[in-house]
Formats: sequence, C-alpha cells, structure tokens
Amino acid sequence: MIISNTQEVPGKTIVEFFGLVSGSTVRAKHIGQDIMASLKNVVGGELTGYTELLSEARGEAIRRMSHQAEDVGANAIVNVRFATSSVAQGAAELFAYGTAVTVE
Amino acid sequence: MELLVLLVTPVMLLGAWISGGMLERRHLKSLLLLESGSSGVLAITIEDLPPDWHVESCELVMGNVVISQDYFKRVAASIKSIFGGNIGVLEPLLERARREALIRMKGVAHARGYDTIINVRIETATLASSRGNGKGTAGVEILAFGTAISLTNGRGAKV
Repeated sequence: MIISNTQEVPGKTIVEFFGLVSGSTVRAKHIGQDIMASLKNVVGGELTGYTELLSEARGEAIRRMSHQAEDVGANAIVNVRFATSSVAQGAAELFAYGTAVTVE
Repeated sequence: MELLVLLVTPVMLLGAWISGGMLERRHLKSLLLLESGSSGVLAITIEDLPPDWHVESCELVMGNVVISQDYFKRVAASIKSIFGGNIGVLEPLLERARREALIRMKGVAHARGYDTIINVRIETATLASSRGNGKGTAGVEILAFGTAISLTNGRGAKV
C-alpha cells in the first residue's frame, strides 16, 4: 500500500478511483502517565507520554485506513489528511482520510 | 490552607522559571546540533516536481511532538493577555516544537533511505487537560508530515 499526501503518487499514474477511505481511533493514556504529564506541565518541555500516544494512535488510524483501501481493491491512498480532536479529558481522536486509487 | 497557597505559588513560579528556562536553553542547543545533522534531507512544501526528477519510490513520513509551556510563562502570558498585543513568551515554545517536529520527520525519512520530502504540511492541535474541569490544555501537538521520495538519478544540483 502506497500512502502519500500528494495529489498523485510521484512517478506513477492513477488508473482508477475508489473514493474516500478513512480510519480513526480514540486513545487515552493510563492515569500514571496523565499525572506525570501534569507534573511536567509545571516546568514545561516535551510531554513524551503524549507524543508516543499520538504517534501510536496515528499509526493505528493509518492502518485502519489502509485496511479499508485493501478491501475495496486499491493499491494506493493519495491526498491523505489528518485531523485531531480532544473528545474527552486525556483522550484524543486521531482521524486519517484520503482517496483510494489504483496506480501503475 | 490560604497560607499554604501563599507559600506554594511563589515557589512553583520560581521553580518553573528557573527549570523552564534551563530546559528551553538545553533544547535550543540540541536543536542546533540535530538540525546540522539532518540537513541532508530536503523538505519542500510544493508537490509538483521538476520534470527532470524521476521518482523511484515514495512513502508518507511524519514527525510529531507534544510540548507544554512552563507554569511561570503561562502566568506571564495570562497577565500579558489582559493588555493584548504580541504575547512574546509563547512564541519560542511553538517555534521550538515546529523545529523539533521537522527534525523528527526528516530523521524518519533519512532512516528509511529517502533524501527529499515533498508537500510538507505542519499542523497544530491542542490536547484537553486530563485533570480538573478540562479547561486549559495539557499541551500542544505539532505534527509535520509529507511524502518522502527517492530519485533514480539523485537530486539535481539546481533546486
């Protein structure tokens, strides 16, 4: 599965469109890491726990999107976009979407 | 109780001021080092390639960072926002986070054998606080992503 955020896959041509595919996931860290993060909030700097949380979650969203694209028979996803929203305290929704296509 | 608050707040402010500043300087120093290391990867925001670039393979790469402001600067910013205008204390934080996210994205591309990233986008999202009433933010996430490409005959000298 080729995933790209450009309108076309560089070096290849699109032969068929399958429409929108998307994947989303809502994740939260356990309470211990939330407490660590709130302590880190006092001195500032990077909140490593949350960085990991979001990159894992984004990976999962992309995996779900790829599965959806595989199911419709595509071999690439172009113009991928991401959206993040904080649905609840300490949890984040990661949403990835793009257009499933066949490239040659 | 009131006495405790009176004592704790200045200590927290002072502690945050000292350690926050220290962490910021240390981060800036490491950024300079990392930026000189990742300079081999070219990141551009355009997606149309020059016609003489022949792409062999491509892949989505990203780098993210969640960063938070120290307590002292949050208080300073809330005082400054009464008067409005440019809130200078918050700018270096976002600047640092963006540079860090870009470095991580370039690092991923470099590790996978790509030397160019096209159509780079940078997004910002705030995370809800995990405690209290959910007001305020636990941090700001900066995400940098783009399509890493490798070229069959290398990148031309003229870019």
